[in-house]
Amino acid sequence: MQGLSVTGLSAAYRKSKVLDEVNFKLPKGSLTGIVGPNGAGKSTLLKVMLELHPKLGGTVHFAGKPLKTMRKKIGYVPQRGSVDWDFPTDALDVVMMGLYGNVGWMKSPKARHREQAMAALEQMGMADYARRQISQLSGGQQQRVFLARALVQDAELYFMDEPLAGVDAATEQAIMTTLRELKGRSKTVMVVHHDLQTVEDYFDHVLLLNRTVMNYGETADVFTKDNVYRTYGAGLRWRQEVPS
Amino acid sequence: MSYTGWILLTASLVGLSCGTIGVLLILRRMAMMADAISHTVLLGIVVAFLVTRELSGYHMLIGAVVAGLLTSILIQWLQSRGVQGEASIGVVFTTLFAVGVILIATKVGNAHLDVKHALMGEITFVPWTTVHLPWIGDIPEATFILSIVLLVVLAAVIGFYKEWKITSFDPALAASIGIPVVVMHYAFMSLLSITTVAAFDAVGAIMVLAMLITPAASAYLWTDRLSLMFVLSGGFGVLAAVAGYYTAAWLDTSISGSMAFATGVLFMISFLASPKHGLLSKLLSPAVAAE
Ligand SMILES: Nc1ncnc2c1ncn2[C@@H]1O[C@H](COP(=O)(O)OP(=O)(O)O)[C@@H](O)[C@H]1O
Ligand SMILES: [Mg+2]
Repeated sequence: MQGLSVTGLSAAYRKSKVLDEVNFKLPKGSLTGIVGPNGAGKSTLLKVMLELHPKLGGTVHFAGKPLKTMRKKIGYVPQRGSVDWDFPTDALDVVMMGLYGNVGWMKSPKARHREQAMAALEQMGMADYARRQISQLSGGQQQRVFLARALVQDAELYFMDEPLAGVDAATEQAIMTTLRELKGRSKTVMVVHHDLQTVEDYFDHVLLLNRTVMNYGETADVFTKDNVYRTYGAGLRWRQEVPS
Repeated sequence: MSYTGWILLTASLVGLSCGTIGVLLILRRMAMMADAISHTVLLGIVVAFLVTRELSGYHMLIGAVVAGLLTSILIQWLQSRGVQGEASIGVVFTTLFAVGVILIATKVGNAHLDVKHALMGEITFVPWTTVHLPWIGDIPEATFILSIVLLVVLAAVIGFYKEWKITSFDPALAASIGIPVVVMHYAFMSLLSITTVAAFDAVGAIMVLAMLITPAASAYLWTDRLSLMFVLSGGFGVLAAVAGYYTAAWLDTSISGSMAFATGVLFMISFLASPKHGLLSKLLSPAVAAE
């Protein structure tokens, strides 16, 4: 069954092209790591697929359908640094934002939305912090709040931008447990990932990206020394960064 | 109502509407945009005057919204062409403002419209121009228009409360769940424009900036709750307006200047004394811990 298919996708910032003819297909229920050097266009790829940044061309299908009909079935977790953590709000409130699409225009969230959000915080081990102002949370806790927000969206496909960057070991385990559980429920999950050491442990599929797709497929087939070298260029020291 | 009563009511309406809009302005990090709008609405007012040949408040409101939208569209366009963010704001507003000034000087002559008035405002004149309303009677036109603008602002903020919250905090998430972030942006620019122009008569373009930014920046220091931030900011706006009026009466000086000064004093107090971010609490907390 088809989870995600992308054909001929290109994008630019002003005049400089950052994504060129991106093509790949991923099955439903796959847990995919997007891997590539800094500035490879990983964040941009997620944004362009979700039409948060305009594309120059190409098509994207989610479970065989265009974005327009799938919006409610898609969960997006932006990079943690993309929001202002000093914003006057608390953890529970941030999680409830994931439900705003279901609440409806001009209506305010109801008790059942609050309960759903609490349950998601609980699942991420954050129930005790529900009423804490978000700047008073550690980086790992902030990332758990973002994950909880994605969980309440109850989506079919998830797109997450570096959810494991800068988090503590316990948070990393909690997030990975959640991601595997999503996969277990046949959700299609794409995760931008920066740590080459853990790719083989964490992901069943890999997309190697550097302005275009260098390789993609099942981790065992694709995540090879040669392919990773090709993606990163000469700067990579294979033995130190990837167990061979 | 007494002459002083009308002035206080008008100033309070300015404080409330600017304080409310100011919260979104601060949280959306668009204070520079307020600077731009407070200048370019002048062009809107002048063009509205040249087209209709009268200085009615309603025409001015429409002119201001058009000028405000034009400003934000031009800025957006320049930025999409690669002009750096703040530079494009500066280029657009100084240019449009200059066009406004030139039009006043060459086309309007001295017909009740001068630059100093638009920039400084003159709240003492407000009670002289009245409109007649059924049941209520004669009330100053500026007060009436400010009341309408306040109602519009409150309706928009309360009605779309969660939409403002999510588009301000995380526009990418908002867009990904189908909330029209761009429409909300231009709706906000329109609200900002009508608030600015309605406050013009009372406090002038320069003082509008103080009223838009400072009460909200002070409220931000006192609370971690968005709803409370709105209430505090509106309250600070009213407080500064009233305190500014009495200070001006006492010292016999400019009312709008005193109001802006009062917002500054409020901010200083907040900066020093607020529980979470204030200097005092930072100085005191190690002492408490050491005991
Ligand atoms: N808002 C932006 N404006 C201009 N260039 C950008 C912007 N965002 C990213 N870029 C550029 O696009 C390229 C890809 O960026 P990004 O998708 O963030 O890479 P990654 O997430 O893989 O590190 C980089 O060269 C970056 O400098
Ligand atoms: Mg990135």
